[in-house]
Amino acid sequence: MIKIVKRDQPSRAIFFFTPVLAIFLTLVAGGLIFFILGFKPFEALKFFFIVPIADKYGFSELLLKATPLCLIAIGLSFCFKSNNWNIGAEGQLTFGAIVSGGVALLFYEQEGFYILPIVILAGAIGGMLYASIPAILKTYFNTNEILVSLMLVYVSKLILDYLVVGPWSNPEGFNFPETRQFSDSAKLPLLFEGLRIHAGIFLALAAVVISWFVFYKTYLGFQMKVSGFSLKTAKYAGYKGKKMIILVFLISGACAGLAGVGEITGPIGQLHREISPDYGFTAIIVAFLGRLHPVGIIFASLVVAITYLGAETAQIFMQIPKYTGQVFQGMILFFLLASDYLLFFKFKFIGSKK
Amino acid sequence: MIIDINFIGLIIASIMASAVPLILASCGELITERSGVLNLGVEGMMIIGAISGFALMTVTGSLIIAIFGAMLAGVLISTIFAFLTQTLITNHVATGLALTIFGIGISAMIGKNFVGIPGKEFPVLFDGFKDTIPLLGPILFGHSIVFYFAFALPFITSYFLKKTKIGLIVRAVGDSPESASNQGINVRLVRYACILYGGAMSGLAGAYLSMIYTPQWIENMTGGRGWIALALVVFSTWNPIKILIGAMIFGGLTIIQFHMQAIGVRIPVQFLTALPYIVTIIVLVVISRDSRKIRLSTPSSLGKSFYKDN
Repeated sequence: MIKIVKRDQPSRAIFFFTPVLAIFLTLVAGGLIFFILGFKPFEALKFFFIVPIADKYGFSELLLKATPLCLIAIGLSFCFKSNNWNIGAEGQLTFGAIVSGGVALLFYEQEGFYILPIVILAGAIGGMLYASIPAILKTYFNTNEILVSLMLVYVSKLILDYLVVGPWSNPEGFNFPETRQFSDSAKLPLLFEGLRIHAGIFLALAAVVISWFVFYKTYLGFQMKVSGFSLKTAKYAGYKGKKMIILVFLISGACAGLAGVGEITGPIGQLHREISPDYGFTAIIVAFLGRLHPVGIIFASLVVAITYLGAETAQIFMQIPKYTGQVFQGMILFFLLASDYLLFFKFKFIGSKK
Repeated sequence: MIIDINFIGLIIASIMASAVPLILASCGELITERSGVLNLGVEGMMIIGAISGFALMTVTGSLIIAIFGAMLAGVLISTIFAFLTQTLITNHVATGLALTIFGIGISAMIGKNFVGIPGKEFPVLFDGFKDTIPLLGPILFGHSIVFYFAFALPFITSYFLKKTKIGLIVRAVGDSPESASNQGINVRLVRYACILYGGAMSGLAGAYLSMIYTPQWIENMTGGRGWIALALVVFSTWNPIKILIGAMIFGGLTIIQFHMQAIGVRIPVQFLTALPYIVTIIVLVVISRDSRKIRLSTPSSLGKSFYKDN
């Protein structure tokens, strides 16, 4: 007979094992979906997960997609660790891109070493400003941050749309919804000739290192951890709850804003309508899959980035709809949450007694 | 300028029509939340309902199968949420987000073959009475059955919660699962039922969009209505009748935006489109400012997992 027993303490080994289990289960379920759709499961999975990263170009594309995911997820982990549900990173990314794009356009056809740092900083500030709205409304007006941050995503996309169609559209652009090209000094340098991977990846790596330091080596990291476990305890300990809420929102807004900078000053070099294929939402999955741990998030961002590439490859080679990527992303989170059951419960095999 | 009185009636009727999906989804979510479960997957369940309804209508040709099929699809997808949150005790917020991401993906995947197919005409009731009463005629008559159901639903929901025994059980489970459980109520079962009911209503709301309101399939056609429905539940302070008021305000914002464009008001179209989202935020701020009132009306166990050792 099998009995389910609650564990006295969540198992640490299983804590790091369940993400792997979740990925495995997602592959199995994905194969099943491909089978139902009438494709050969193994071939489809090969096109989805192996073919896209088999060459140098594919690997560069993988890093290109993983960069914003990693950056945003690092920022979100500050929020999620301290029990703040910022789910509007997509909006903070967009607004960061708008502000940095606006600054980049100010330097149109100008060159200078100082331009790029200003553009990057502008993006971070844009993201922070946008994230401060749900944070301030939560702290001072008791407003639900989930709904506010989400509503702001729609608003930011409409602002972007208005700008690229209207006042910021390229005067010589035949009414295409896009701005002028930024000057070379406002663009993040590409790392290799012929590949699209750009210097934005260093921003992501810096975020990883800094967040690791903050989480595990500072008093602030400790406070966040305590508040995440129990808000009451944090209150008794006398932590300044309001300040922390605003701080974690600002950090995650800055990260999302930087991801936005990477998207527009990287290979594209201009603002246009669709700057992000929902990186801000997908990064939520990345943060959980990476267990809100900086190193875990690196791995998770690579795994989830494959679903973007795989969806494109599978669409081209097998006419599998590209939305399969999103389906995979949803499934990963489902399976991850489900396998967390093993964290708190264990199966006990006991002899039948009557 | 002479304004035809029936024209005003038509505008009010169109506001009501755009409020229908919000009322349906909000009333469903309200029951779910009253049992203590926060399901953020409304947007996902709604879009699943939209594609299921449209696909079934196109394939089978039967409107009845399509409407009930969409509700069933909402139930099925919410079963995933129920199983995860109730049986596997997962976090409500994260699971709901996963449901929305998954739902949008699946619906686009299924919907690929249904893009550009024209919808069918949905039968309306009492069409002949439209011109009999000025002003009220267009408001009261000539709508689909789902429309009438939606406007009855807040009253039914209110009656159910206040006057019936099952309604009382739902509220008890939401306010104090421990005491309910001690009274011999199966908390998990009640919550399962409330989640599935919420799924059915979101599915119906989606089907209304793709089959009646704008009879066609467009990717992501719910466009955030599921999230606005969630906000409406907070706005209503968990009172179904107030959902009606909230939904009419948002319906009004959507419709006014069309008419402002039509009469050539020089405001960028993007600003008008953003209006419902901005107003949602403002309304949430105004409602939530009084934290005591919110605390009193929020189901006490909302979003908290309940685990009973047995």
